[in-house]
Amino acid sequence: MPWFRRKKAGILTTRDEQNEVPEGQWVKCPKTDEIINRRELEDNLLVFPSSGHHFGMSSHRYFDFLFDDGDYDLHDTHLRSVDRLNFEDRKPYTKRLQGALDDTGQNEAVQSATGTIGGQRVSMAAMDFSFIGGSMGSVVGEMVARAIKRATEQEIPLIVISQSGGARMMEGALSLMQMAKTSAHLTRLDDKGLPFISVLTHPTTGGVTASFSMLGDIHIAEPEALIGFAGPRVIKETIGSDLPEGFQRSEFLLEHGFLDMIVDRRQMRSRIAHLLDMLME
Amino acid sequence: MSDDQHLLDFERPLFELEEKLSEMRTLNQENQEDLSTEINALEERVEQLRESIYRNLTRWQRVQIARHPQRPYTLDHIEALTDGFVELHGDRTYGDDRAIVGGLATFKGGRYGYRDRTVMMMGHQKGRDTKERKYRRFGMPNPEGYRKAERLMQMAAKFNKPVVTLLDTPGAYPGMEAEERGQAEAIARNLFEMARLPVPIVVVVIGEGASGGALGVGVGDRILMLENSWYSVIAPESCSQILWRSWDYKEDAARALKLTAADLVDVGIVDDIVPEPVGGAHRNREATFAATGSAIASALQRLEPLDTQTLLDQRLAKFDSLGAYEEAEPMKASAGA
Repeated sequence: MPWFRRKKAGILTTRDEQNEVPEGQWVKCPKTDEIINRRELEDNLLVFPSSGHHFGMSSHRYFDFLFDDGDYDLHDTHLRSVDRLNFEDRKPYTKRLQGALDDTGQNEAVQSATGTIGGQRVSMAAMDFSFIGGSMGSVVGEMVARAIKRATEQEIPLIVISQSGGARMMEGALSLMQMAKTSAHLTRLDDKGLPFISVLTHPTTGGVTASFSMLGDIHIAEPEALIGFAGPRVIKETIGSDLPEGFQRSEFLLEHGFLDMIVDRRQMRSRIAHLLDMLME
Repeated sequence: MSDDQHLLDFERPLFELEEKLSEMRTLNQENQEDLSTEINALEERVEQLRESIYRNLTRWQRVQIARHPQRPYTLDHIEALTDGFVELHGDRTYGDDRAIVGGLATFKGGRYGYRDRTVMMMGHQKGRDTKERKYRRFGMPNPEGYRKAERLMQMAAKFNKPVVTLLDTPGAYPGMEAEERGQAEAIARNLFEMARLPVPIVVVVIGEGASGGALGVGVGDRILMLENSWYSVIAPESCSQILWRSWDYKEDAARALKLTAADLVDVGIVDDIVPEPVGGAHRNREATFAATGSAIASALQRLEPLDTQTLLDQRLAKFDSLGAYEEAEPMKASAGA
């Protein structure tokens, strides 16, 4: 079996990184092979009840369970990526974009919302791996920047839920600059003494990890999420041997001092609410 | 042909013609035979060929020039453009990364209609021979490199000195230890701290500007780029490997990525292109240093009168403006998985 396999959306995505809930009424746990009803999994925030395996989850589902009463206002869904470079590999970028738009029903790989958590109003952005690998191009950068600005202007906390393969190649240096753009806006939030809680989910790599994801006051990761700068395959090629078990996983990052805590998705809401409560007292 | 010239593949026809010309000149002198008409004609052809090669460089060819083994590196620029460079080492936490160098120096701005002044100079450093390349880790920093750079920038702020950073890296080092020590966090921290550093920052891409590894010392008020350097989100070879799933499409990838200085001016990232001598920076180092020095001088001059808040607001505005998108109908929330 090849180490990686093509994903429907198009670009190279490791099987391991996909982590989407498979189609069908019955879902098998990738860890234990146990099978449960899809409904049961969905009621459990896509976490396998017995093994605790976290399946990937969309931005909207995060919003639904994190915001009080699942009530929130979406922002900036009118922004659309454009093919500024006329980028074409085996497929034109415009086609990839349209495909992602059709498949996800979303304008981009991040969604942005405001609402309350435990009564505290927050600005939140959550990413979607299903949209071109959660890659950050101009619109993702702009939407994250606007979510930061919204927090800064309204003097409310910021929460970003990351899930990304990194910067989007098809926008060249413009996508690289989104790292600088988002990080620069965070300085203004910081100047105002407002909290930024960064939640890292599986997988968060490349330019997203190397910018806003690692700039939180508090870093929370879901269990066993792949989090790193370089992808495992590249590192493997560099060192010429296999990587140790658990390398670049949440538990590894916690051990090395880059996370404050690992939180099971089922406790995420109460943990964030508690932290906000203390920080905004 | 001599190997130490490090001819690039596309330069070969020109080199062959030049060889022929020099043979003819020798013949002309030795044999007392008058070949001046032929020589003149050949000289013209050489010039034409030179023009047509270097005026129409493809993006991939520029990448090759940017990686030329004789291209001036960071320490060459520092030596030429400054006096009394004192290198400062270490991140005060883990170690000293040799892929990034930095220190205090007197920038000889007086030569370029500005003034001599102390600056904090830093940049990625590549090695010239095999041993030195390994010593410099091919110009690919570990987290300590970024943290050292950040330490030196904070020092520059403390003593109110401008910062000049020179970018020349094939990328941040993708090793196990780099991940253990937080490569991503180190780069992210620099983007954040550079965005609010209260002194002017001038960034010059002098060779390769590969991805976050370059940007990690690349946030500033003025972004300059040498004519034959490249800067993008990924190296063409890696892009080829990922999008074409083969290493063979590096030229297509270079074209698609739009990674040259002119391309980056086009999208508003680069403020000024630093012209290089015909054939590339290594063909005439003095001319390269003069052009680079002059560009840095005018950037510093331009930033000098700005008060700190204006400087920082303009820096934020510059990066805030980068990106290409359009507005359309808002999309409704969907209930996907």
